[in-house]
Amino acid sequence: MSETISPPSLWRDGRPVYDRGGTVCVIGAGASGLAAIKNLKEHGFGVDCYERETGVGGAWNWRHDRSPVYASTHLISSKPLTQYPDFPMPDTWPDYPHHSQLLSYLERYADHFDLRSHIWFGTEVVRVEPVEGGRWDVTTRGARGGAERTQRYAAVVVANGHNWWPKTPAYEGQEQFRGEVVHASAYSDPAQLRGRKVLVVGAGNTGCDLAVEAAQQAAKCWHSTRRGYWYTPKYVMGRPADQVNDLTLALRLPLRLRQWLFHRVLRMTVGDLSRFGLPRPDHKVYETHPIVNSQLIYYLGHGRITPVPDVARFTRTGVELTDGSTIDPDLVLLATGYLPRFEFLAPEILNLDADGRPRLHMHTFSRTHPTIAVAGLLQPDSGLFTLVHWQTVAIARWLRLRESDPQRAAAFWNAVASSPDRRWTQAKVKDSTRHWFEVGHTVYLRALQKTLDELEVAA
Amino acid sequence: MAGRTRIMRAREWAYPVPPVRREVLSAQPEADEGRPPVLFVPGFGHGAWAFAEFWLGHTAARGFPAYAMSLRGHGASGSAPHTTLRAYVHDVVQVAAGLPRQAVLVGHGAGALVVAKALARYPARAGVLAAPVLGGFGSFAAALWRNPLGTIPAVFGGPLRLGRRQLFSRELPAETARQYTSRLGRAAPLAQWQLLAHRPAEAPVGAPPVLVVGSPDDRVVSVSTLQRTAARYGGAPLLFPGMGHDLMLDARWREPIDAILDWLEKAFAATERSPLIGYERLDDLLPPVRPADPGAWVA
Repeated sequence: MSETISPPSLWRDGRPVYDRGGTVCVIGAGASGLAAIKNLKEHGFGVDCYERETGVGGAWNWRHDRSPVYASTHLISSKPLTQYPDFPMPDTWPDYPHHSQLLSYLERYADHFDLRSHIWFGTEVVRVEPVEGGRWDVTTRGARGGAERTQRYAAVVVANGHNWWPKTPAYEGQEQFRGEVVHASAYSDPAQLRGRKVLVVGAGNTGCDLAVEAAQQAAKCWHSTRRGYWYTPKYVMGRPADQVNDLTLALRLPLRLRQWLFHRVLRMTVGDLSRFGLPRPDHKVYETHPIVNSQLIYYLGHGRITPVPDVARFTRTGVELTDGSTIDPDLVLLATGYLPRFEFLAPEILNLDADGRPRLHMHTFSRTHPTIAVAGLLQPDSGLFTLVHWQTVAIARWLRLRESDPQRAAAFWNAVASSPDRRWTQAKVKDSTRHWFEVGHTVYLRALQKTLDELEVAA
Repeated sequence: MAGRTRIMRAREWAYPVPPVRREVLSAQPEADEGRPPVLFVPGFGHGAWAFAEFWLGHTAARGFPAYAMSLRGHGASGSAPHTTLRAYVHDVVQVAAGLPRQAVLVGHGAGALVVAKALARYPARAGVLAAPVLGGFGSFAAALWRNPLGTIPAVFGGPLRLGRRQLFSRELPAETARQYTSRLGRAAPLAQWQLLAHRPAEAPVGAPPVLVVGSPDDRVVSVSTLQRTAARYGGAPLLFPGMGHDLMLDARWREPIDAILDWLEKAFAATERSPLIGYERLDDLLPPVRPADPGAWVA
């Protein structure tokens, strides 16, 4: 076996570097990484993918320690707005499939397109360093330790996900609190809530799901939110809400009219949420990431969820809220989101700012290094897979164009390198880490269509 | 083939095609040799049965897992009287994506149009258009000329009827031909009208090789149509003189399917040695179960 691999002719810091020629390295075998492997392969590239877990599926694989899914996780975008555009989910599945179906979907995708043979499971990427000629030295090692190994690639696609590194706020007095404080990432099973007094912090989709679970299982449930939000039911007018919303997008109705329509529909169906003690939204709909939850309002109506304002500080026996009242939970669930992490890359490559926020062209292309791109670093108002599919097609086309037509490639690169940051949403979204990568799927896909057309390699 | 891929698919997002029960017949080879599955898509009026007669078994005997489906409203699939071409394309993509491996799509007659459109929605390993009816006013005029009695009712929403002499050569016994024609159903009126005017198929995704086969004696599809269709995919048609439109049921059904499978074998042999890969694939060098440490297998 070993004799078929030529001995290394390159060295770096006294260690051998194995040259992988024109092969592209993909980091991560979740939904984004799998799409990257498939589309790079389809464009004729050799691909090596490194995955530190032992299976595909990334965040959607509940077996993985870093998976954020909990037992009751269901999709919040319906099938047509979630699936890969060239690999539809089965007709027999429900509108909003369960996370275990998502995992089996990704596993079938990997098998259907024969992607597993490209993936090194249980292998962690330690360093990714640029070398001359736009190439990259990728150093890996076994996820449970072992010797490091460096290989040289023509390009790198980073698809390491952004929902695995918990963003945990530090509250005053938290260390003296006698109850349990857990980030939502560590929550998986409703049995953890049974009979307890639970405070759920955060009104993201996870926070709302957990509040609903606590309403069903816990002895008492408080739900702390910083501001008022718009809670979209999963179904409006008899159809999945996102499909109805896409109808207004397809008709290219102006944002103001869509906001007015959406407000009308919500008023007629959900009604005035301040009746339940929730604060009024301080913003219009579409200005924060959509929250899709039909059950939260239901359990508020049953009195099983008590809405409370933001947490001010912890005391020994309870939690003090910003309105001065105190509550006495014995379990605090922080559904406060996640942050992206790129430990294996020097920060300037992705133009990371002090907060760790990468500044990339279309959330995809580095503005300083043409042969590195990030896939799936998006927070869309739809499912991610459609977007990441076309995003990785664009990456593959870009890498192809660099080889086949250097002149056109140079023109594209000039535009990328000098492009300013812009937002990819119709409405101006609130400034928050949650909205770092917020994109409207139609706005973003229209821009991607333009990019794809520019990058089209004349056959 | 020209035509960019449209990625904004508002209609598919806002109005997904309603699900329906689908008939899929299959024949499996004795030993799995890792060949891609072949999915046969019948044209209007035909069902999976048309392929189950000969081609399905023959394809499996040559080592390809073989599948044949019925579009909605055809064969044993669920009824769909008000359906359109879009739903037929959806049916094909659903079945193809449900197969264990990336599939080859083979469409016959108007099923070739459905396949041509499905190729823009599913990255098939290869596409085969057999006696393709891609529609348009030219083929309508030709159909009107050759078969006025079968065509005129379709203009008013009636079934599009093809005669025995259009579908089969004289080599096929009349009794057998009659049996086959008695099994024909019909496509939905909307879909039939769409044959006249529809948005042309977008370019296939994933750049699959596409083969066009047909017969110069086909009385539904002319040789010039075959040549034009093949040219759109950058090739020339494979022709089987002396056969009718229904290549899979006619007396000499064996010749076209053998040619298609030979072509597939050749096409895959070529891609396996693609110069683009140009590098021994890592997985060829590895045992099936990987050690956790990639350094461990290089001495």
